[in-house]
Amino acid sequence: MPTTLTINGTAQVIDAPEDTPLLWVLRDELGMTGTKFGCGVGACGACTVHIDGEAMRSCQVALGDVWGEVTTIEGLGNPAAMHAVQAAWLRHQVAQCGYCQSGQIMQAADLLSRIPDPTDADIDEAMAGNLCRCGTYNRIRAAIHDAAIQMREDAI
Amino acid sequence: MSRLGTITRRSFLVAAAAIAGGVAFGVWKVRQPVPNPLDPSQGAAMNAFLVIDQDGITVVSGRADMGQGAQSALAMLVAEELDVDWQSVRVAHGPASAAYYNAAMGESLFPVPDYSMSDWMRSIGGAVGEVGKLLGTQITGGSTSIRDGYEKMRHAGASAREALKLAASARLNVPVARLRTEAGAVIAPDGTTIPYADLAEAAARIEPPQVDPRPRSEWRLIGTEVPRADMPAKVTGTQSYGIDTRLPGMKFATLRMNPRLGGAMLGVDTAPALAVPGVERVITLGTGVAVVARNTWAAFQGAEALAPDWAEAPYPADQAAIMATLEAAFDDSPNSTMRDDGDEDQPGTEISAEYRLPYLAHAPMEPQNATALWDQGRLTLWSPNQSPLLQESRVAEALGIDRTAVTVNTTAMGGGFGRRGEYDFSVLAARVAQEMPGIPVQLTWSREEDMTHDFYRPAVIARMRGKVDGGRATLLDGQIAGQGIMGQLLPRYFGFSALGPDRALVEGLFDQPYAIPRYRIRGYTAELALPIGPWRSVGSSHNGFVMESFIDELAHEAGRDPLDFRLELARPESPIAAGVLEAVRAMSDWDAPRAPGTALGVAMVWSFGTPVAQVIEVVQEEAGIRIARAWIACDAGIAIDPQNLRAQMEGGLIYGLSAAVHGQITFADGMVEQRNFPDTDGLRMPGAPRIETRILEDNPHIGGVGEPGTPPAAPALANALFALTGTRARELPLDRTFRFIL
Repeated sequence: MPTTLTINGTAQVIDAPEDTPLLWVLRDELGMTGTKFGCGVGACGACTVHIDGEAMRSCQVALGDVWGEVTTIEGLGNPAAMHAVQAAWLRHQVAQCGYCQSGQIMQAADLLSRIPDPTDADIDEAMAGNLCRCGTYNRIRAAIHDAAIQMREDAI
Repeated sequence: MSRLGTITRRSFLVAAAAIAGGVAFGVWKVRQPVPNPLDPSQGAAMNAFLVIDQDGITVVSGRADMGQGAQSALAMLVAEELDVDWQSVRVAHGPASAAYYNAAMGESLFPVPDYSMSDWMRSIGGAVGEVGKLLGTQITGGSTSIRDGYEKMRHAGASAREALKLAASARLNVPVARLRTEAGAVIAPDGTTIPYADLAEAAARIEPPQVDPRPRSEWRLIGTEVPRADMPAKVTGTQSYGIDTRLPGMKFATLRMNPRLGGAMLGVDTAPALAVPGVERVITLGTGVAVVARNTWAAFQGAEALAPDWAEAPYPADQAAIMATLEAAFDDSPNSTMRDDGDEDQPGTEISAEYRLPYLAHAPMEPQNATALWDQGRLTLWSPNQSPLLQESRVAEALGIDRTAVTVNTTAMGGGFGRRGEYDFSVLAARVAQEMPGIPVQLTWSREEDMTHDFYRPAVIARMRGKVDGGRATLLDGQIAGQGIMGQLLPRYFGFSALGPDRALVEGLFDQPYAIPRYRIRGYTAELALPIGPWRSVGSSHNGFVMESFIDELAHEAGRDPLDFRLELARPESPIAAGVLEAVRAMSDWDAPRAPGTALGVAMVWSFGTPVAQVIEVVQEEAGIRIARAWIACDAGIAIDPQNLRAQMEGGLIYGLSAAVHGQITFADGMVEQRNFPDTDGLRMPGAPRIETRILEDNPHIGGVGEPGTPPAAPALANALFALTGTRARELPLDRTFRFIL
């Protein structure tokens, strides 16, 4: 039986087995390739999306178990209208290969929605599940601190 | 689809051709839509680097971007001469073509250290690199993109600019000397401004002048920090990597190959895979199977459901037997003695040490994949690869078709680190596609399949012997045993056998800028049919650790400060190398007393034309050892884009530390034991040090930047751990011996 999900504000009807992980629904059934496959076991964070605003590994969430509205990197912002986290990533020229960055950015956006002024320890804790083989961690950290400042200023 | 694929018939191509002994230029109109800018059969000497159309400027580099930023940096070299706004410049990889051969690959052929290469060697090295035209070395690797492109991309830009001015001169009837160029337009003395796009068609008919690129004093772009062209797409999820290729009607497939690498598949019952919902086909491939499905997940499930009968591996089945084979190589005569300075009779106290380093996987974030379409005798490939011509020829061979019937689209890639110089992914995707005429198919490795079917960084055993006398090293005699990378790579890539010394086995050992009266390095190649290949920084990835750990041991034996000890060895050989050591000494405040429970380690390695020194600070905390801070100083000569260079140095360090702390690939029953990131992880945010990088520009030659940051990382960390704990790590990974906070 088809499943209906709300993804980036749009209702999507998906006719796939209910045990199909959300990651593959997004990438292969819907062609939304911004969310990346890295490990398939929830160990790298490349597939991070938001479900009801909370960062989740989409490779570990079955289609039938999705409990809320899904936001992917495509829904967070776009090249013409970036989210504050994406804009900070651009200012700090964070990405090298960039493959993990969708997941890093979704994780960072979740962190900043919970903790508007994170400490380095907060960043360590929140970001530990996101692997970057290019080694961009210093710039990610700087970009998160910068995004936090921008988001607080924008809120005033 | 890359931008190049969408360039219309209105596009004009301004091209430059480099020939041995000089640079000649040709500009012509391309009547076919790109990507058929040049038929390689028209002449391998022709390069095509620049497309000007109504939408702006596209620099076609022929070089892969795996994250190292080469496409942006190469585009800067063209844009510097062309006087265009950086924001209007786009980058593209372009087609597979011998036009994009890599001449800088030839420079590494000499059996002498890079730091002491004479000018005649460099010029011959470049000429040898021209053979790349014949071999089809369109390869992104060896940290060569800028070394290869520095002259030719600037010439391409300068030549195009002059052709555009000539076209404007004819149109306006104004002498060309009175015209200038700015912001993508030719400007006349009266202020008349003609955009390049309006001149491109006329310029394309003009034989372009040969002009020298501008002197450094006139540069406005090179040396500045510009936003990378790929950054907006990479932060918004809109960059399309190989794995993101989506074609109408496309099927999704995965592999299950013999985990005993190179072994055959004796048989398989395909029924369990076909019973998985969504699985449509199982295709046998001799050494394994491909499972084709409606989505990648279904294909994974199908592949996992199979229980193929695997043949034995063509190499010893377990780790101990593999290491014993390496050890036995010491009993043969050496494959190389790449350095043999001085007399054996030296004064001093003798020490010796043995080091063992493991096999390593590349593990780029994007698992191996390729997409292929077989249609009416033609194969079209979308492949994240570092060697387009190799993909083309090997796919043609595998399918039994002419290579002109193969089209290679080189996509963006989620990391490479050397893994994507191979072609297994393209060939397997093409073979699967050939079974499914008219239907595009994407073949994706699971992470487990990727990690267990790599071409690994070879394991090595090194035996080092040295003497110190009066506080100085008098003797360094190193022997290293391992599989020779060139012995596998040359037949695999180019179809001929490697003869003579295997430089990759000993680089990073024989070629270091240290004045030691007796300095000898011998390499012993072990014959094993275990697949190995280049891994970020190749031989220097293991030899940097061996050399710089042993230099530290010598310094300790001599009772000397390890940084002073190195500086004294480096100064007589290379002031450039001494410079990076001096820089990290200042940056890290090396000579200041440290708090209790804090220690520093230093290492310096010269690789790919660039000396890099690193100091790492470790701190003993209650929960374990924290890798707290790192300081890097490098000298690659001219820094094209300092911020991107720093990114490469930081990334190289983290890649090296990841391997030092966690990295290993081991074998049992002929199979790799590590299957996914939890088994052999990389450093993550909490374990990554804060890094400060300083760029020196005293090196008279341009060096590479993608790899040289990696080799010093492991020894700098191990030396810091020795300073902290008194325990000398002679085997990697370090997490076997030390408890880290990660």
